[in-house]
Amino acid sequence: MPIGFNFGFFVENKAIVRLTFIGAIIVWLIMVFSDITVLFSDLKGLEPDLPTWLPRAMLDLFVISIFYYYKYKIEYDDTLNFTDLLWRVFAVGLVVTISSLSIKLMLVLLGSTALTGNVIFNEIIYLINLALFLIFLVAAFTAWKRLIVYHKSKWLIRFWRVFELTLLFVLIYDTLGIELTEWMMTVMIVDVGVFALVLSANMKWVAYLNFKQKWISLLLLLLSFFYLGYFFYTVTTQSGIIGAQSNAFLDFRSHIFNILLFAFIILYSSFSFLVILFNLPTSSAFEQKLEEVVNFQRISQSVQTEQNEESVYQILLESSVNSSFADAGWLEIYSEPDHAFYTNQITEKDALYIRDNLNKNQVKGAIDQSSDKTRNLSKHLAKIKGVKFRSILSSPLLIKGELAGSLTLLKELPDGFNKEMSRIVSTFVNQAGISIENFRLLAEAFQNERYKEELKIAKMVQKSLLPEKLEGDNSFQISAYSQSADEVGGDYYDAIRLSDHEVALIIADVSGKGTSAAFHMSQMKGIFHSLAQTEHSPSGFMLRANVALTNCLERGSFISAIYFVINTEKKMIRYARAGHCPVLYYCASKNMAEYLKDKGSALGMIRNSSYSNFIDNQEFAYQEGDMLVLYTDGITEAKNGKGQEFGYDRLADIVNQVNGHTPHEMQQIIIDTLHEYSGKDKINDDYTTMIIKFT
Amino acid sequence: MVHIKRIQEGNVDIISVIGEIDASSSIELDLSIAKSVGEGHKNILVDCNALEYISSAGLGVFMSYIDELSDKGIKMVLFGLKEKVASTFQILGLADLLHITESKEEAKKKVHDLSI
Repeated sequence: MPIGFNFGFFVENKAIVRLTFIGAIIVWLIMVFSDITVLFSDLKGLEPDLPTWLPRAMLDLFVISIFYYYKYKIEYDDTLNFTDLLWRVFAVGLVVTISSLSIKLMLVLLGSTALTGNVIFNEIIYLINLALFLIFLVAAFTAWKRLIVYHKSKWLIRFWRVFELTLLFVLIYDTLGIELTEWMMTVMIVDVGVFALVLSANMKWVAYLNFKQKWISLLLLLLSFFYLGYFFYTVTTQSGIIGAQSNAFLDFRSHIFNILLFAFIILYSSFSFLVILFNLPTSSAFEQKLEEVVNFQRISQSVQTEQNEESVYQILLESSVNSSFADAGWLEIYSEPDHAFYTNQITEKDALYIRDNLNKNQVKGAIDQSSDKTRNLSKHLAKIKGVKFRSILSSPLLIKGELAGSLTLLKELPDGFNKEMSRIVSTFVNQAGISIENFRLLAEAFQNERYKEELKIAKMVQKSLLPEKLEGDNSFQISAYSQSADEVGGDYYDAIRLSDHEVALIIADVSGKGTSAAFHMSQMKGIFHSLAQTEHSPSGFMLRANVALTNCLERGSFISAIYFVINTEKKMIRYARAGHCPVLYYCASKNMAEYLKDKGSALGMIRNSSYSNFIDNQEFAYQEGDMLVLYTDGITEAKNGKGQEFGYDRLADIVNQVNGHTPHEMQQIIIDTLHEYSGKDKINDDYTTMIIKFT
Repeated sequence: MVHIKRIQEGNVDIISVIGEIDASSSIELDLSIAKSVGEGHKNILVDCNALEYISSAGLGVFMSYIDELSDKGIKMVLFGLKEKVASTFQILGLADLLHITESKEEAKKKVHDLSI
């Protein structure tokens, strides 16, 4: 009955419950009073002071009040589950039936007096019973509604609305007392009947009851049937008695709404009863499925709940044993170093005995790690002496596609594992495998995150190894730039002032790149800073650096370097090249940049005293405007989209074209040209430039 | 990417290096030289005709064998180096430490000369 007072929005539910309750009582009292008046007048043959429709209208209001009372008591109470709902209906039924029976008992005790024969007295008793009956019917109606629309769909809700509206229409029709033709009556009743039948087909809630709940529901429904029968009998007989004297009262039998409501309640109760009854035998299977789902979830969710691998194994074993009704089981994890053996309902000794015997008999299956399919190995058990088990099922546990362990289940019955069980156990094992995999991925992700953080630190440390500001001079300008392909790199440059007019410079490139290169780069810095002060000959510097590095560099690693000593007083440059990219020298007088030709092997390439044969000192004078362009192979070997290298000629061309610029500007031009050439932001190697311009 | 083939011609083991040798593919070069040494070959030729590029890690592989080869009396000669590859060897100063020839015939002759 969707007509409603919108009180719900303003007043709390509790207030509405009270209001409807009090309303129902008042309405009922008016109903009793008016109905008696009408009946009395009729008996005396008088015209009643009250309109004859008043009692019927009051009955309608009573039904509506009760309806809203239960709407707020039952329908809007989300804490109720299915059996709670049935229990509520049962409890209401119990209260009203006991009330009715007490009245009956009182009457029996009173015996046959004038009062009991009085029509008016009978009328009051009848009206009390009718009210109790209607309370029970409406309570049941509200509860049934919740059960029917449990699986809410748009159409179901609309259908129910229409059903309620039809019932309201019938209720109003009853009040107005308009005479309808018989066929219209029939149409109306058939309509409601069809509605009731269609709605009664909504029994999905039954599936959610477990075995015990089903039994309780059956019992509660059975008792409800008894109440319904009792009340129907009582009100019908009582209206019969009153009806024998006068028809001017609220006759239950002529009230179509009451009959329809009663019929609907009975219909749905019967359907529910039968459906529950027939679902009883299958409920254990359903519960089993539900438990499997829950177990499945436990395994899947173990990652989120911060459990460890061991608990996943425990859950797997436990769930598998329970789901397949196995008598015992064990789970063996092969992976080293955490080889583990979990058992359930069996001692480790017995489990190992069975396993070893199966292995000894060379049974091909998951147990011997040779198979990756779930296999039923029952026939092999019979061969082992002293084992009470007659069925065995073994499943491989795969993690990242690799065999990590095996789950074995045992049963005392022969042929104890059917296909269904074997399938569900496989699913469990697979899910456990995925969970373990996720565990490991998560751990790896954490580890990677940590490495990234460490690399960030390494990058900062390495950046601090390169000089922030290079030793400049009145007689030369200097600028340098270095970029690593990875977080850390193996390129190094530095400058130290040796005396007022002498400066030592170095540029070096460690073979390879990344972390190991970065370590050697820092070694190179140490060597430069310690040797430069004492060793003034460039080749001598290289020789001693080679000795120092011999024991530090791993086999196959080397460092290419050029070491310069610039004397600004004599305007002389002395240098030694150890396998590094040749020096690009711009001669201002010739207005041309050329690569200096000399020889020299990289540091670490020859790890004995013969290295002195492979390193030379070079010396030449410079003039104002001359430039030293130093670089690492990251620049000359940078490739464009076609795989062609940047090369030496391109670098020399740049220097020839822009020789008027300061070292810093020239450095920027070189880097920009390089990026333009390679066409991508990241160049796949560490690259460094150091440019010195003499003034 | 690199592809390495080995064939035996008479008393020499020829390792043909095809493609590019960078940090990751240098391991394959290392393995094939180690295999050749392990099998007891005394004369090893490295055919670099199809070697397009070699990184410092690749050079490191040749470098790392210099001492071991001279200790075991094994002769290794590289031949057919492309200009760019040869200059890489040259710049690093490795060309002076290894035996490098133009052609296979010269390489075989070099091996023969070194044996005397």
